[in-house]
Amino acid sequence: MADPFLLAAAGEVGGDFFKERSSGTLPCQASESHLFCFDWAKENIDRYGTPAQQHLEIVLLSVLIGFVVAFALALIAHRTRWLQPPLLAATGVLYTIPSIAFFFLLLPLTGFGRDTAIIVLSAYTLQIIYRNTMLGLDNVPESVKDAARGMGLTNRQILWKVELPLATPEIIAGLRVATASTIAITTLVVLISAGGLGTEMYGSNFNFPTAILIAVAIIALMVLAFDLLLLTAQRLLTPWRKARPR
Amino acid sequence: MSPPVFASFTGAVEFIFAPQESNVTGGKKVGGFDKTMELLIGHLEVTVLALALALLIGLPLGLYLGHEGKGELIAVGVGNVGRAIPELAVIALVAGLVGIGMRNVAPALALLGIAPILVNAYVGVRQVDPATVDAARGIGMTELAIIGKVELPLAIPTVMGGIRGAAIVIIATATIAPLAGVETLGDFILNRNVYGENGLLAGALLVALLAMTIEGSLALLQRRLTSDGLKVKTA
Repeated sequence: MADPFLLAAAGEVGGDFFKERSSGTLPCQASESHLFCFDWAKENIDRYGTPAQQHLEIVLLSVLIGFVVAFALALIAHRTRWLQPPLLAATGVLYTIPSIAFFFLLLPLTGFGRDTAIIVLSAYTLQIIYRNTMLGLDNVPESVKDAARGMGLTNRQILWKVELPLATPEIIAGLRVATASTIAITTLVVLISAGGLGTEMYGSNFNFPTAILIAVAIIALMVLAFDLLLLTAQRLLTPWRKARPR
Repeated sequence: MSPPVFASFTGAVEFIFAPQESNVTGGKKVGGFDKTMELLIGHLEVTVLALALALLIGLPLGLYLGHEGKGELIAVGVGNVGRAIPELAVIALVAGLVGIGMRNVAPALALLGIAPILVNAYVGVRQVDPATVDAARGIGMTELAIIGKVELPLAIPTVMGGIRGAAIVIIATATIAPLAGVETLGDFILNRNVYGENGLLAGALLVALLAMTIEGSLALLQRRLTSDGLKVKTA
């Protein structure tokens, strides 16, 4: 694998926008009447394996890191209430910076590659997860906490055995939104040589939509799979609730 | 694995204000204030056009669906799907299937903006206390007046939240619009062969500043639009 920096400098990333795909003669690339070329798809589906795997890894790591940080922040803010407005504002500002700009602003510090991608993507998930966790904790009825206190539970026990379980639906809802948008934004990390399914879109021949549509389909499947996974997790974690209709 | 020394922020700031010799093209001067302004205006143009289109479609539809209390599946579905659409795919597919240039890109960006606007308008109106709406009906307000004078004002914080979200998505996606033939600040970023690393960093800086400025202005607008009665609660 060549140095990503050299690749970038050589114009491998960026540069010719309508670069032709270099994979030899294609069954129906020449004909523009093809919206989707099944022959090409059948022959080339395996080229999506590595990008899909990279995509998945980046998403998983980013959401995981984002969740750990946001969850910790929420727990701190839950106890220290005056921290709430500044934390909400801080995570909100991070969310305002467009992802592409964010990626490149970090380049002088962290360079090209996956690390930068994961830092930016996990920063993006912070706001949604933090806000939803706070919302879930705030929604726990005071009477329930009183009852728990009456039963002799300590504050720590109330948090872990009463408040967090009751806040699970909101937390999972936050995770679902965060995961879906992270899967979408990860297509852009190709711009900083971090791979992912964006590689099959960027620098491909835009006049040949098949290649792009396959990537979009894989992304859609990923979003759907994660959504189902998280919904199932929610159902298992909150057996006392009837699962809400989607 | 320290990365090679990359462009510096000072270099990027200089790039914005005065043309400089690119470290890529060698000799030819690139960047500078005039070019920056040209691209900034291009970015603003496509952003405003797309946001206006998204508002024109998303806001009335969201308010209407929320008022009627129907179409929850549509509103929620649009929201979920909208979030999961990769911006790069939108630009690539529009360029490949529809065409390039402002006329094709602006509607595509608008499509990305419709989702947050529609969903938030829907949710905002649904959150209005039904008793308030009943009271309005009781004093003889028409349905249209109820939407415009009761539900919309009460839903302003949520509605504006959607508009701010849409603005961010549109500004962000406009950054890759040069791929579809619309000159925006993204040009500095994507055309590294021309503008070099200082240009790349300058572009990122400008896009981030633009997004934060627009977001800040919309937040101010939201404060102006929110009725004083609501501020007491939300402040």
